[in-house]
Amino acid sequence: MRWYTKLILPIILIFVWEVLAILIGNEFILPRIESVIEVLFRPLANIFGQGSLVENSAVSVFRVLLGFFIGLLAAIPLGIFMGRSDALEEFVDPVIQVLRPIPPIAWLPLALAWFKIGLAGIIFIIFIGAFFPVLINTIDGVKRVSRTWIETACTFGAKEAQILSKVVVPAAMPDIWTGLRVGFGIAWMSVVAAEMLPGTSSGLGFLILFGLNIGQLQVTIAGMIVIGLIGLGIDYLMKRVEMRYFGWKGLEK
Amino acid sequence: MRLCVQHLTKEFTGTRGERVLALSDISLDIEPKEFICLLGPSGCGKTTLLRIIGGLEQATSGCIAINSHHVSGPDPMMAMIFQEYSLFPWRTIRDNIAFGLEIRNVQREEREEAVDTYLSLVGLTEFAESYPYELSGGMRQRVAVARALAINPGILLMDEPFGALDAQTRNMMQRELLDIWQKTKKTIIFVTHSVDEAVFLADRIVVLTPRPGTIREVIPIDLPRPRDRTSEDFLRIRRFVLSLIDETMATREDL
Repeated sequence: MRWYTKLILPIILIFVWEVLAILIGNEFILPRIESVIEVLFRPLANIFGQGSLVENSAVSVFRVLLGFFIGLLAAIPLGIFMGRSDALEEFVDPVIQVLRPIPPIAWLPLALAWFKIGLAGIIFIIFIGAFFPVLINTIDGVKRVSRTWIETACTFGAKEAQILSKVVVPAAMPDIWTGLRVGFGIAWMSVVAAEMLPGTSSGLGFLILFGLNIGQLQVTIAGMIVIGLIGLGIDYLMKRVEMRYFGWKGLEK
Repeated sequence: MRLCVQHLTKEFTGTRGERVLALSDISLDIEPKEFICLLGPSGCGKTTLLRIIGGLEQATSGCIAINSHHVSGPDPMMAMIFQEYSLFPWRTIRDNIAFGLEIRNVQREEREEAVDTYLSLVGLTEFAESYPYELSGGMRQRVAVARALAINPGILLMDEPFGALDAQTRNMMQRELLDIWQKTKKTIIFVTHSVDEAVFLADRIVVLTPRPGTIREVIPIDLPRPRDRTSEDFLRIRRFVLSLIDETMATREDL
């Protein structure tokens, strides 16, 4: 596929949007592209007293990183031990299978009940969003480590700690990283949703809802575009790391 | 290094809970610097025997001793070479060879020195910074040999190490292995199901019979090296070993 074929559909969509916006003629239903671009091109301007696009983005990114790191600090070690120990996996797995399908947003009421309104509740939601994909991929990755690699380490007299640090973790790292990518994607969606909680007064999630409440949909759409771009950018970075460090995966035979 | 296997027995629990006798009363004395081939059809327990010697599996009864000290579990005097895919794909060739030394907390400089020695012994110095997937099957097995030798074991355990290679590469690897064996003076226990390979390599061939695995015969091969696969003597011994194996297969089919 030539690079410019990728541009055809976006151009059509933008064109259709603009035509529809002009036909509808109502900025409260569908703002014109110029109004959205005006918001996007002034990322440092204070938006109706609620801070700029950049400030609100920074708040959301900080929250998601905090929740994400707490999530992976819990999920990776637990996943490694569950992957190594059948007994532990049998013991914990039923609970995980029941909790896993519950969407992070369904934890909102409990987050409010336990942490009240504020940072902790939002972090809790992000934690839930990141925890399960990271855990599941870590368990899978650890269980799929080739037996020959582990036995090789054993024949050299490796202790369990060495087997973990020199074989299991590096061998499972590509799968763990996949978990981190998926987990970050879900965490990013969760933070936007969590920021729509009543009582929140910053962040991209807050900003797009605020845009609706004051009848300025161009702010909402601009915020949505920024949410998309940040999510895309971080996933791109994580993919680059994957290709750089885990390129051996799939070539090992 | 003298290795002594005495009255070794191995029982498995089958899928329906029944007891399966995999190895029955195996006794074997292996002299220092000897090249031993464990030969037999699949299912005769030759790999199981090697894995028990290597400490990867426990015998049900019997014992193994090196120079009269009792072995239970992986022993620092032994190193194992697997059939294939045993290299760590995230490590360079250099770091793969250094692996065993790292496990033993050998200092970096000493490690590098050993790695360089064994890289050149297997002729892969120029591939030090490559990754396993950039190498051919034969080269990867040479790396596995270098990794095993790097810890300076007395005994090398090899589990069909050339089984996945094409015929030409396999013959070349056999000659190289004999070279390395003569240079390094290791004891080698080599599992194979190829009669040709066993007759080409071994000082003594241990022929195993299947279900339960027992020693059918120990055959000394006193042909001088390098051995000529087309010579009258080679073919005669090869025929004899083949007939022994056929015999064990036949008794099995009678069952």
